Amino acid sequence: MLAFIIRRLAQSVLVMLFVALIAFVVFRYVGDPIASMVGVETRLEDQAIMRDRLGLNDPVIWQFLRFIGNAMQGEFGISYRLQQPVTELILSRLPATLELAFASATIAMVFGLTLGVFTALKPKSFLTGFVMAVSLIGVSLPTFLIGIGLIYIFAVELGWFPSFGRGETVQIGAWRTGLLTESGLRSLVLPAITLSLFQLTLIMRLVRAEMLEVLRTEYIRFARARGLSQRAIHFGHALKNTLVPVITITGLQLGSVIAFAIVTETVFQWPGVGSLFIVSVQVVDVPVMAAYLMFIALVFVLINLIVDILYYVVDPRLRVDAGSGK
Amino acid sequence: MSKPVLSVRGLTVEFPTRRGLLTAVEDITFDIMPGEVLGVVGESGAGKSMTGAAIIGLIDPPGRIARGEIWLGEKRIDNLAPDEMRKIRGRRIGMIFQDPLTSLNPLYRISRQLIETIRTHLPLSESDARKRAVKLLDDVGIPDAARRIDDYPHQFSGGMRQRVVIALALCADPEVVIADEPTTALDVSVQAQIIDVMKEICAERGAAIMLVTHDMGVIAETADRVAVMYAGRLAELGPVASVIKDAKHPYSQGLMGAIPKLGENLDRLVHIPGSMPRLNAIPQGCAFNPRCPKVFDKCRIHRPAASEIEPGRRAACWLYPEVT
Ligand SMILES: Nc1ncnc2c1ncn2[C@@H]1O[C@H](COP(=O)(O)OP(=O)(O)O)[C@@H](O)[C@H]1O
Ligand code: SF4
Ligand SMILES: [Mg+2]
Repeated sequence: MLAFIIRRLAQSVLVMLFVALIAFVVFRYVGDPIASMVGVETRLEDQAIMRDRLGLNDPVIWQFLRFIGNAMQGEFGISYRLQQPVTELILSRLPATLELAFASATIAMVFGLTLGVFTALKPKSFLTGFVMAVSLIGVSLPTFLIGIGLIYIFAVELGWFPSFGRGETVQIGAWRTGLLTESGLRSLVLPAITLSLFQLTLIMRLVRAEMLEVLRTEYIRFARARGLSQRAIHFGHALKNTLVPVITITGLQLGSVIAFAIVTETVFQWPGVGSLFIVSVQVVDVPVMAAYLMFIALVFVLINLIVDILYYVVDPRLRVDAGSGK
Repeated sequence: MSKPVLSVRGLTVEFPTRRGLLTAVEDITFDIMPGEVLGVVGESGAGKSMTGAAIIGLIDPPGRIARGEIWLGEKRIDNLAPDEMRKIRGRRIGMIFQDPLTSLNPLYRISRQLIETIRTHLPLSESDARKRAVKLLDDVGIPDAARRIDDYPHQFSGGMRQRVVIALALCADPEVVIADEPTTALDVSVQAQIIDVMKEICAERGAAIMLVTHDMGVIAETADRVAVMYAGRLAELGPVASVIKDAKHPYSQGLMGAIPKLGENLDRLVHIPGSMPRLNAIPQGCAFNPRCPKVFDKCRIHRPAASEIEPGRRAACWLYPEVT
């Protein structure tokens, strides 16, 4: 187990180094850092001095190492646009994005799993046909259209939920949460649903396909031949085997929920990391862009790591316990 | 004479398909006596597995029993409600499948799979069920059963896994065990051991066996009677010794003429030219007539039923007048 985790950790570090390289290239070569930091009226000599002081004349490899060193301390420089440390900026936006992502992921997992299992166990039911048809629409409609549609129906026409923003928030330590106020919770509903729909349909279809596959296996047949109850067969034997491959995909989907939040955050003017990134791209705020890249990569790498460990915990075949193995 | 533990009467299994009705099994009749071993042989696709699936009530939809009856002792079981049939599976009829590598749920320890099955059928506490499970594993010859019971399936070799499967099939003391090619997927070196273990543990418990196999050597050594199937029908049925020595049906004669040494595969050794017809192309009259060396006019028009040709022996062939 330990060797396995160490191996996976090493892989994660490699991935992060690679992404850091890309982020560094963006950081260093998209636009001119000096030109972005100073006004046009700054004299050329001053610019040269700054360039020197910032180490932009050092060998590239040296600059890259320094970039990594800074990144490891959570140091990504100053936002050109807001003149604030990038890390501070991202951290202040993070709670909004994480709360949105967790709400969506929960919706996607709970409904995706339930509907997937239901449609697999009751393939002939009318409801299954209905759900499958709707889910096709769900995967094919772009997120922003779904968001706008929901806003139109539930915010504009029915007026049940707000159409933008995060509502009232409460500061708890470093964390600004919208989960503790009524307006905060109401504001969360539409964006969370919008963001969850794609993953929901994906998880549902995956669970269904996987479960149908498992129900055809010999060990399910043998379980039936032993007279086990439907309940034990479906939820004891079939479901667990269904989850093994589903865990990976679902885990990766959680990562992409955070990444895809960009579109949803923009549609709903949700003050998260994603909308910060969009604005930064528009004004070529390079340090923020580089830091965002690293942040998303970190999210994916962490989730991947957790997924692998979960996989390992769920599936005994991956465990190599010495002694009794054959 | 005692009553049969399992009695199959005129069993016919059909699959409705878009291109019409396929008859996978037609008019099969046989009895199994308590404690008896009935061997079932025939080429792939002859309907052996389908017969087993019909008995245990697990025909894949849209297949269904179109005609016939299945009796387990005094109880008719082919028309039971699903939940009643479920209580019979595993409890009164055990089933052993071909491939031990895929028969066990890979994610659960075998202790869990055994205890769950035992407690489904018997009113035992968790710890009593566990004791019973260890005893069973011991009986099927798993060394150090008390410790190995908490291993996962992948920690056992193929032969050991099939022993676990046998233990699972027998854990509620069924009266009949249907073993569908229980050694086909195993290494030749352990096949005989597995058959021995199965036969022994069933004999101890008085369970009858319906043993489906490709291996005529196994039939010769293990079975009391043998049923030969061809194209979904019973070709011949009788005591093993007499069928081997003096097969009546031309198809069985071909088979017996080709009896291999122990462990050799039947399919490769059938000396009869041609192959078994597909379900949608079964010829009129006797299904075997295109391949039969003794075919005559009547065979091409009328289908022979498996009728008694000698006391205790049946064959579906026009060469033999029915004894009445
Ligand atoms: N789901 C199904 N639909 C249609 N035909 C089937 C199905 N399953 C099996 N069959 C047919 O039933 C016949 C008997 O098969 P089977 O009992 O498995 O043969 P055996 O076990 O003797 O090799 C075969 O011709 C097979 O093609
Ligand atoms: S009935 Fe005719 S064709 Fe069929 S096995 Fe007998 S002799 Fe051959
Ligand atoms: Mg078969």
